[in-house]
Amino acid sequence: MTDTQIPTEQRLDIRLSVNGVPHTTTVTPRRLLSDCLRHDLGLTGTHVGCEHGVCGACTVRIDGKPMRACLMFAVSAQGHEITTVEGLAEPDGTMHPVQQAFRECHGLQCGFCTPGFLTVVSAFLEENPTPTEEEAREAVSGNLCRCTGYQNIVKSVLRAAEITEERKGCAHAEGDAR
Amino acid sequence: MTTKMFGAPVQRTEDLRLLVGNGRYLDDLGEGSYEAAFVRSPHARARITGIDVTGALDVDGLIAIYTYEDLTGRVAEPLPLLIPHPALTHGRTAYPLAKEFVNHVGEAVVMVVATDRYLAEDACERITVEYEALPPVVGIENAHRADRLVHDDVPGNCAAHLVQEVGDAPAAIAAAPNRLELKLDIERSACMPMEGRGVYARWDAADESLRVYTSTQTSTGVRAAVAAKLDLPLDRVECVTPDVGGGFGVKIVHPWPEEILIPWAARLLDHEVKWTEDRREHFISAAHERGQLQTVRVGFDDDGRLLGLDVEILHDNGAYTPYGIIVPIITSTQLLGPYKPGAYRVDFRSLYTNTVIVTPYRGAGRPQGVFAMERAMDAIADHLGKDRTEVRAVNFIQPDEMPYDHGLLFQDGRPLIYDSGDFPGSLDALKKLVGWDEFEAYRARARAEGRRVGIGVACYVEGTGVGPYEGGHVQVETTGKVVVATGLTSQGQGHQTVFAQIVADELGVPIEDVTVTTGDTRRFPYAVGTFASRAAVMSGNAIALAARNVKAKALRIAGEALEADPRDLEIVDGQVRVKGSPGASVALGTVAVLSNPLRYAFDEASKAATQLTGKADFSKPPVAEDDEPGLEGRDYYSPPTATFANGMHAVIVETDPDTAEIRILRYCVVHDCGHLINPMIVEGQVHGGVAQGVGGALYERMEYDEHGQLVNASFMDFLMPYASEVPKIEIDHLETPSPLNPLGIKGAGEAGVIPAAAVFASAIEDAEGFPITRMPIQPSELFHLRKRFAAGEIPALRRGADHAAGTHR
Repeated sequence: MTDTQIPTEQRLDIRLSVNGVPHTTTVTPRRLLSDCLRHDLGLTGTHVGCEHGVCGACTVRIDGKPMRACLMFAVSAQGHEITTVEGLAEPDGTMHPVQQAFRECHGLQCGFCTPGFLTVVSAFLEENPTPTEEEAREAVSGNLCRCTGYQNIVKSVLRAAEITEERKGCAHAEGDAR
Repeated sequence: MTTKMFGAPVQRTEDLRLLVGNGRYLDDLGEGSYEAAFVRSPHARARITGIDVTGALDVDGLIAIYTYEDLTGRVAEPLPLLIPHPALTHGRTAYPLAKEFVNHVGEAVVMVVATDRYLAEDACERITVEYEALPPVVGIENAHRADRLVHDDVPGNCAAHLVQEVGDAPAAIAAAPNRLELKLDIERSACMPMEGRGVYARWDAADESLRVYTSTQTSTGVRAAVAAKLDLPLDRVECVTPDVGGGFGVKIVHPWPEEILIPWAARLLDHEVKWTEDRREHFISAAHERGQLQTVRVGFDDDGRLLGLDVEILHDNGAYTPYGIIVPIITSTQLLGPYKPGAYRVDFRSLYTNTVIVTPYRGAGRPQGVFAMERAMDAIADHLGKDRTEVRAVNFIQPDEMPYDHGLLFQDGRPLIYDSGDFPGSLDALKKLVGWDEFEAYRARARAEGRRVGIGVACYVEGTGVGPYEGGHVQVETTGKVVVATGLTSQGQGHQTVFAQIVADELGVPIEDVTVTTGDTRRFPYAVGTFASRAAVMSGNAIALAARNVKAKALRIAGEALEADPRDLEIVDGQVRVKGSPGASVALGTVAVLSNPLRYAFDEASKAATQLTGKADFSKPPVAEDDEPGLEGRDYYSPPTATFANGMHAVIVETDPDTAEIRILRYCVVHDCGHLINPMIVEGQVHGGVAQGVGGALYERMEYDEHGQLVNASFMDFLMPYASEVPKIEIDHLETPSPLNPLGIKGAGEAGVIPAAAVFASAIEDAEGFPITRMPIQPSELFHLRKRFAAGEIPALRRGADHAAGTHR
């Protein structure tokens, strides 16, 4: 018989902005952001690989910056804009350049770690749109993948930079035509 | 025009789902289900003297607590021993929940079910299990010494002792002009898929049926095991494999305790129940592999030709043997690689320790076997002062000696016969790729700069596509879309794409029209599973054969419709047409309509097939006696023996003279898996294997202390390579087709990892000038080896003086 009291858990109503959509939900203070996104909001694209912040599969963007959703409480994400893998593509379904590049370069196999890579790389390319191969490798060196040996992930980063540039070119061309 | 899909680097169809967050992995399913958590043993070996659950009873959301005493029927019996073998005289398996004794840290003792995982874990924390701790057996040497026993009724801790012999190896060695003995040691690692295990079960009380979702490598195996354990007819149990976040072997083991307990609880509670493994659980409750001690004795002539090879292996199988002795059997047979061993004797003992079970991890015993053989090859070369590739070449089985029968039994219980391969061709390609002959010049330049470099080589042969069989089902729907099913599962290998490539070619349809389902017993109930690099070979060929059946039927029916001889017909872009007369054609979807005479019309397509509107020959029944309705086909592929792929790796390393840091300068792979269905996917498999090989050679080990505690059971402490640790991998392919199967393919899944420990040992020893006999090797170990070498405790390589002279301190 344990003599510790079992406290009744406090429940908090929170508002989260995820991929530009406002959500309200009720969570306990200890609810991890990763669990809240996955199980309370149904956004299961964010994956949980280690729950101690090492593997990076759960990486989401908080106000644009990559963060481990397993190291954050849901309550502390209030007031911030959260972007998950579900929010990377265009509203019309056009894949984000990083998603397209991962497909073209076979940058994923089982796909479990992939959402974390996509969020990290999408943020990285905003900071450094023309990375060298070395910089690309460095950029993904905080995320674990057990399938690909990273060869095609590094390629995907470089290809994503190209696609971003190509799309800009197309947008300019369309603008010129008008 | 339909372009040929087989052999093309087709982009994967599964990516469209996985890249946008629409994958469905186990823990993505079952919202609203109860969730389970486990109280696991903190002791490596102990007797359970009491379990007090009263502290947990008031936890909010608690549904149920189960201990061994609560288990019913066959669930209370030990888990099955999946692969029995005559040599496995003392096989032991665990109970789903520990009964009286625990035998490793992490063994499940109590299962808690609650409304969510947080609450289930709260309850676990409040359960008190009392143990009488017993001294554990940790480490292979301790297991072999057997001062203490893991299981009281297993003398010597020996689960199995198996000797295979061809000729008289000890006599051949004794008579040989040259003899060497090596003592080798290779440590444990683990599969470590990014997604752990997980099970989700739905009991339908009205239907008395069960649906089990599990992150497995064999849905048919789990289905049969669950049905047997829960005493349900097979047709009342279905098993569905959702997207699986990596397997690498660990998920072929079945049924895991949780795969029995979760469905059992779901039925008992008449409510959905789910369990998702966390990372620590995966470290201490799933499975590891690799750990072996080896003694290799070789006798050889002055050219380095093997005359006799005698290998003794002590294999650590952990606390139980649910997967039998597959791993040491593979080590002892695949050790031979591309070589003729002369007389061969291999003797292994599979030993119990109070640690996590040992079951196949990608490579499945081969990395250890290759380590033994390739260390021996390097030692022979050094002994004779010969080039390491020359010694290998004189021992190669030649292409004209294929098929080559080793006179041994392989892991499938069938003869070890290599079907094909061009080993001299592979070695030439590798030497060219890595620049083997130019390396000494490079070494001299590096040395002049004060840098220490070494090159290594390692060769392997891999038995792939082992039986007994796989099957495939191909069906053309009336829309012209093609649905394909095979029973084995997928964990990222791109099966949905490569099987669609095969069907697109065989049937003559656009690949976009082909949808493939794997690992769902509702769709295909006969299967074995995905392991042993067998999926492409087994299901690929089965699906090809099924598609050929469908094509034959389509041509027959279309022939009647077009009033043409089926032999004059072809299918192009989903249209059956008369060769040379494209105007006369009928869509495959229409053929599907014609194949299924109907009474009722529910759309335009089916209207054409109804009995009263269609043309009919009243002399015949609507479905001929030897025919079946529907444009579909099913077939199976069951080969007499495995097909043998091979490969050779070379690595160039630089070792820091001060810090002993090991840097990889180049990593080269020559790989021969027969015809490539999708070269992009095959290369991806090789990349991933090499990365795991790099991990296993330089970083990963399971660090057990003397109490049997796994002290590095987290991603913080168990070091898996990141992008920063894996070098650029250079690949060249040979394509020696397998004569055994219609597509001429061989498996590729495990290849990359197999020679890694051996090739790194070869290169590091080449850089350092003293033998490397133990893997993995981290800078701290290399540093200590250097100290021991400097102290004269380790002999120099004979060529060591040339290579590393002046740089050792």
